[in-house]
Amino acid sequence: MLELLWMVPALPFLGYIILALFGGRMTKGISAAVGVGMLGLSALITIVIAISFIASPPEGYLFLQTLWKWVDVAGFSPAIALRLDPVSLVFIFIITFVGFLIHLYSVQYMEEEDSTWYARFFAYMNLFVGAMLMLVLADNLLLLYLGWEGVGLCSYLLIGYWYKDPANGAAARKAFIVTRVGDTAMAIGLFILVMAFRTLNIQEILRHVPLVWPVSSQAVVITALMLLGGAVGKSAQLPLQTWLPDAMAGPTPVSALIHAATMVTAGVYLIARMHVIFLQAPEVMTIVGIIGALTLIIAGFSAITQFDIKKVLAYSTISQIGYMFLALGVGAWSAAVFHFMIHAFFKALLFLGAGAVIYALHHEQNMFKMGGVKNMLPLTFWTFVIGSASLAALPLVTGGFYSKDLILYLAFTGEHGSKLLYFAGLFGALITAVYTSRMVFLTFYGHEKTHLHNRPGPVMEVPLIILAVLSTIGGFIELPGTLGHFPLFSNFIQNILPSPGSGEGHEGIGTELMLQIVAAVVAIGGVFIGYLLYYKKPETVQNFKQTPSGQSLYKFWLYGWGFDWVYDTLFVKPIDWIAQVNKSDVIDLIYTAIAWLTRGFNRMFSFTQTGRLRWYAMGIAFGAIVAITIVVFL
Amino acid sequence: MILFWLIVILMAGSFLAWLSSRWSSVAPKWIALVAVLIDFLAAASFWIKIASFNYPAAGNTLIAGNKGLWFTELNWMWIPSFGISFHLASDGLSLLLVMLTLFIGVLSVLISWNEIQYKVGFFYFNLLWILAGIIGVFTAIDLFLFYFFWEVMLIPMYFLIGIWGSKNRIYASFKFFIFTQSSGLLMFLSILGLFFLHGKATGVYTFDYMQLIGTKMAPNVAMWLMAGFVIAFIVKLPAVPFHNWLPDAHTEAPTAGSVILAALMLKTGAYGLIRFVLPLFPDAARTFAPAAMILGAIGIIYGAVLAFAQTDFKRLVAYTSVNHMGFVLLGVFALNEMALQGVVMQMLCHGISTGALFIIVGALYGRIHTRDIEQMGGLWDKVPRMGSMAMVFALASLGLPGLGNFIAEFLVLAGAYQASNWTTAISTIGLVLSTMYSLRIMAKVFLGKPRKTWTLEDLNLREMIVMGSLTIVILWLGLFPNHVLYVSRASIQSVVNTVNASSTAAGQANTLLQDLPLDKTEKKNDDISLKQKDRQKEQIKIEEQIKTEEQLRTEQQIKAEEPIKTEEYMKSEEHTKGGIRQ
Repeated sequence: MLELLWMVPALPFLGYIILALFGGRMTKGISAAVGVGMLGLSALITIVIAISFIASPPEGYLFLQTLWKWVDVAGFSPAIALRLDPVSLVFIFIITFVGFLIHLYSVQYMEEEDSTWYARFFAYMNLFVGAMLMLVLADNLLLLYLGWEGVGLCSYLLIGYWYKDPANGAAARKAFIVTRVGDTAMAIGLFILVMAFRTLNIQEILRHVPLVWPVSSQAVVITALMLLGGAVGKSAQLPLQTWLPDAMAGPTPVSALIHAATMVTAGVYLIARMHVIFLQAPEVMTIVGIIGALTLIIAGFSAITQFDIKKVLAYSTISQIGYMFLALGVGAWSAAVFHFMIHAFFKALLFLGAGAVIYALHHEQNMFKMGGVKNMLPLTFWTFVIGSASLAALPLVTGGFYSKDLILYLAFTGEHGSKLLYFAGLFGALITAVYTSRMVFLTFYGHEKTHLHNRPGPVMEVPLIILAVLSTIGGFIELPGTLGHFPLFSNFIQNILPSPGSGEGHEGIGTELMLQIVAAVVAIGGVFIGYLLYYKKPETVQNFKQTPSGQSLYKFWLYGWGFDWVYDTLFVKPIDWIAQVNKSDVIDLIYTAIAWLTRGFNRMFSFTQTGRLRWYAMGIAFGAIVAITIVVFL
Repeated sequence: MILFWLIVILMAGSFLAWLSSRWSSVAPKWIALVAVLIDFLAAASFWIKIASFNYPAAGNTLIAGNKGLWFTELNWMWIPSFGISFHLASDGLSLLLVMLTLFIGVLSVLISWNEIQYKVGFFYFNLLWILAGIIGVFTAIDLFLFYFFWEVMLIPMYFLIGIWGSKNRIYASFKFFIFTQSSGLLMFLSILGLFFLHGKATGVYTFDYMQLIGTKMAPNVAMWLMAGFVIAFIVKLPAVPFHNWLPDAHTEAPTAGSVILAALMLKTGAYGLIRFVLPLFPDAARTFAPAAMILGAIGIIYGAVLAFAQTDFKRLVAYTSVNHMGFVLLGVFALNEMALQGVVMQMLCHGISTGALFIIVGALYGRIHTRDIEQMGGLWDKVPRMGSMAMVFALASLGLPGLGNFIAEFLVLAGAYQASNWTTAISTIGLVLSTMYSLRIMAKVFLGKPRKTWTLEDLNLREMIVMGSLTIVILWLGLFPNHVLYVSRASIQSVVNTVNASSTAAGQANTLLQDLPLDKTEKKNDDISLKQKDRQKEQIKIEEQIKTEEQLRTEQQIKAEEPIKTEEYMKSEEHTKGGIRQ
């Protein structure tokens, strides 16, 4: 059954082509059928492949499928070839399955668009999923780069979907350009790899790197840094995180797709995939961990101050990906992938839930104008609460608890871990719980401020239910030592990614239990703080906001710690200025000057051509005198 | 012979078109279209014939008199007393460029269909002459003949801009003419210099490329002679700071003129660098390489920044050529196979993608009669087909993977990185800048709020055929680049080998002089040349492997077809080649 692998990315691409070519003439029903159908088929095939992969794993847990030779130059010959192993299997499962649910949900969410726009939406969505599948299935980095740029393009197309508003266009361009800055760094990384190994085949690079490049050698450190540059761009980590909050300009299902199934997890995938390079460069591993820790805290604070529900979720994504980077930084590869999976479930759920609220309240996104939605949309409320609980990592019953706990545990005990990173993560967990409960209380509790406009139908509700179930039970496939020790997920992943080398042996179960209790207390404490500040006594926060220092802190956090302003002053404005000043090209002046000089000489000499005989006679006489003088005296 | 016919058919068509305009204003179009189509089909069938054999084996070196690389060749005496011959030949590199020329040729006839109403016959006369001249440039391997064709393509283009151009056309055509003509004269001086140098040394006075290769000359003489060629070619390319003719000429020319300028004429510069500069002056080229790569990097950055600033749609697209041709200069002087193959891809893909953008500009101008992007905006709503086509080629020009330009830029940069990592790293920033200007096109023209209410029609069937075929080609180049990379491989390898062979010869000469005590710098040089030697050895190993693999493959094929004749086949690889050569 594994031979069907090529169809997994091919079907969404096919959907894109059909919709792009004929979408204009299709009814909405057909467009939706094609868009959702292709993804549904793709998800089905993925499940079939997953079953057969788990039932009878191929040799070395690795299945390769070469479609055709792509480039063949001077011994460098990447192919269009797919690679399936436990890591990419987890990714394609999430991408197709969650992607399918999001597509299904969009059928109703986007129904107000007219049919050409509707078809365009599904076309881009299919392309997005297809590109992401290429990214995670690529067997070489050049093909991975194709998917990598492909998701960048699709994010541009979808964020700017409502293109008539220039603000959306600006957000879309920002997403593309900022991530392209990272991509450029990554491209340089690829050039180094090509030069060193004459190949971009992942398997061969992983095999050769430790043999050729000693630990901490200059080449490996630079390569790792360059790849990290690409990863922070796509995954919206410090310092390239600024595009993601703006990306909320797109329709809500797009946000769900970007945050859960595609795009932002690409960086995590890249680092996990190329982990050997990072293991050879421990300095860079440390940087990865620090970036993760800083990002998760910075984004957490920003999330607390947002009033747009989608922006809260956007910052929470940045922060949660920060956890994954932290995990990668301490070498907890499988924990990062595990958190990616759980995060995909609950973040898709939260976005779709938020989308349902927005849809119901007639495109109202400001949480301060919501309130009381609990009674209007009970099903949305309950599923949203389940998702929020998972985000806040409430103990035992949520998937988020198990995945986040694993990261914190490995940060504390792992051999690459550090206590500092652990405390950063723990502090982040507290902030997460606070902003999550704030979001829930503001949106669903209190009195009603906006009236119900639409009611989400079953097409929107079914995905919510499925995702709610998954974000709860998803955690049970990886139970920690204190709860029966059932590490199904990491065992599966560890066939391809090395175990974190944690001190599972020497740190006793006591430590683990203690860490879990601390984490649980922090999460519950955070929710309680949120309850106090935003439900019980909202005036405390309001009063603080009125004070000057409170006001400036609020603004500082609201606008994402001023990164946008810094980049604007450092890059955008100077480039704009240079471009404007030099619009007519200074170099042209050289040639204008030459032309001007020539014309000047022409005028001077044509002035001598008067037609008067005596001038000429005088000229001849004068010339003769000069000539004779030279001959006689010199 | 086919090369001769390609040129003759175009010239005959041009005269016919001109004559026919006395009786009909429609006939010239059809005559031109038929002439170019015949040529295109002939060239295409020739390519298919070549492709069904094996491409020439890799690892050749260009040495005087070596004829192994040509698919087809034609050598007539022209002015024997001066050693001038009518010598045309095509290898993989020229075949690809001839294909590009004819493909773009067909499209430029189609896009001028309604645009040109004034002096229709004379227009197509000029158009076909330009194409004939360009094909001549790509296939002439007698330097005198090359210069002849170089002028042939220049003059009708001068008319094209000067007669059918827009407002500022006289200025633009003069500028174009003076830039190319004066730089061309420098090249002619160099050609003469080479002619006499070779004649004095060997007693054979000839302009024949294959014989001039390997002419021995003192380093400073080589530097001066090369300078003449290089200036002519990088003015044409164009490289900063010689690019100023380009924005004016492109902007003022009629659409077909801009398309041919961008897609084809700029390529003659790139072609000249690969075909003449590197093999004729390998040592001087190596000395010049670092500076040339820096010029390339400057072109990439400077062109992109200028493109970003423009408000005239056509001028914007024109400046993107400066940006893209920077990659060509960077890649040519990286002097390795990967970069040079990337350059070949870049020549083709830039031809397609920029040509397409100019066609869109032209189509839009024909509808709304302005090129000012500040007045456009939100046009997608009204012309979705045009918008999506513009999107495809804006993405191509920012180097999106899946489209041909990505392969080109990646190979150029990856190859150039091996030659000079800092220059390349800086050039890579160009990828961000090209994203900025490409997205700006979309944002200003097709997306956002409409600033004026234009009434305009979407692309019609003729235009969709043009744009559709361009889209298919750019996708094909992006997904199956091997189809063209294999064609040019032998030519490029021979150029690279020629440059490297001379470097090892120089290295050996150095080692002979080693009686003198060495100082440190010389030692360093030695280390480097040793490294190069090692690399070459590796390369040769790889090439041998490839060779044996290919041999095995062909043997298997032959065995399968004709089990008895294997031995005969083994004797002569030339056999197949001779058959192709005619």
